[in-house]
Amino acid sequence: MPSKSFVVETIKRNQIIEALSKGKRLDGRGLGELRKLEIKTHVIEKANGSAMVSLGNTQVLAGVKIDKGIPFPDTPNKGLLIVGAEVLPMAAAYLEAGPPDESAIELARVVDRGVRESEMIDVASLCIKEGKWVYSVFCDVNILNVDGNLFDATSYAVVSALLTAKMPKFVLENDVVKDTGERVPLPVHKIPISVTIANINNTLVLDPTEEEEAVMDARITLDTDDGGNLCAGQKGEPGSFTPEQIITAAEWSIARGREIRQKIKEAAGHG
Amino acid sequence: MTEEKRKLMDENGIRTDGRRWDELRPLKMEVGVVRNADGSALIEWGKNKIIAAVYGPKEMHPKHLELADRAFLKCRYHMAPFSVDERKNPAPSRREIEISKVIREALQPALFLEDYPRTAIQVYVEVLQSDGGSRVAGITASALALADAGINMRDLVVGCAVGKVDGKIVLDLNDTEDKEGSGDLPYAFMPNLNQVTLLQMDGLFTLDEFKQALDLAKVGGMKVYKLQREALLKRYFSGGGPETSTSTTEMMEEA
Repeated sequence: MPSKSFVVETIKRNQIIEALSKGKRLDGRGLGELRKLEIKTHVIEKANGSAMVSLGNTQVLAGVKIDKGIPFPDTPNKGLLIVGAEVLPMAAAYLEAGPPDESAIELARVVDRGVRESEMIDVASLCIKEGKWVYSVFCDVNILNVDGNLFDATSYAVVSALLTAKMPKFVLENDVVKDTGERVPLPVHKIPISVTIANINNTLVLDPTEEEEAVMDARITLDTDDGGNLCAGQKGEPGSFTPEQIITAAEWSIARGREIRQKIKEAAGHG
Repeated sequence: MTEEKRKLMDENGIRTDGRRWDELRPLKMEVGVVRNADGSALIEWGKNKIIAAVYGPKEMHPKHLELADRAFLKCRYHMAPFSVDERKNPAPSRREIEISKVIREALQPALFLEDYPRTAIQVYVEVLQSDGGSRVAGITASALALADAGINMRDLVVGCAVGKVDGKIVLDLNDTEDKEGSGDLPYAFMPNLNQVTLLQMDGLFTLDEFKQALDLAKVGGMKVYKLQREALLKRYFSGGGPETSTSTTEMMEEA
């Protein structure tokens, strides 16, 4: 059931739609343009990796904690990688504390899918003893301020935090897991980039603000990997797209994804 | 996605269940199977057995959430504990909550909710047995149940999944292909309005494969649409009419 959400006045709604009919957005951006993206890594000393990301006024903080864990029975030789996201009640006036609603669950699951399906982290190399001990990588995201496009901001924070994370090196001694004290980077294979596009009155806009999200008909999030392949996707909201619009969204996602990946690599000091 | 453990397609392009790349699993639909509901449908698609039931327009609970200008659409996708290999905890999982949301958003574009202000329309999707593609089967059945309930609609909604198996784009993944294949793309659309209302994706697709997948989903979906229409026509224009509805017990054959 949809929870309370941001409400935009009819006059603003009309303004947004009228501007879009002339190919303009209220904040002066082009239709396929991203807001200012800032990434700061290593912000939490106690986390194995962390990143503070602001996308326009949307601000999120991701922290990675890595420890030893017990593998899932169906993947006894694979490390655990779990992404969680929480929209903090402080992040907007209309939010309240409580268990995650369906939007927060969707957010966490879509970001998790992007990181998982791209096989960003080589979980097969995160095994300590098959069936018994593996590395467990938890990446939790706190949303601090909401101004639209939480999917992408959260995904960039997760990816940046994982890129900069240092994991403890464990060894097995007499069947006991021991921390060698050594710290090594995570086995990163690929860098998935999420790009979200909103359909407002049949105009596609990239990286919607909260106002734009309040008037959008539907949204689509597509993740691409370094090779320009699509690796995850999710359409949301009670509107629709034409098949042609979806292809356009895929092309935007691939093109913008390259630029954003470069930016994240630089911020994370990654090769 | 786990790496492919065994070959899912042989040298002649035949899949694990004997189908070719562009074939659907056996598909059967029946409208009007839950007597108490305002509308209902049973879909059997591969090993999927799913009932969709619609109640409404009815009074909205809780009252303060009712909408002044349209009906509130609610959707619950739920899997029976016995529907999968290992017993599923009956409490709604995060997966079921997400799927309930995307199913609701896939159906909503087809409905004239503005015709029923201050009311609620409830869609229940109960997965009695699950195979690959239960969400798209659920959407297909829900659209029938909504039509059966007499809710004003712009179009039906048809669900159909495509995926990638052994590097090839194939129609309608079964459970094995869903779990062991290299990509899955559940898709739903309104066939007469040419609007996509659900798209999810995991796995790896190049842009060309993605385009190919969307085209295939539409071609496959049109076959589903034909059966969907037949099921509706059978219910209302084969001399039977709503009073002679079959019950679920009559409809489900012994396995």
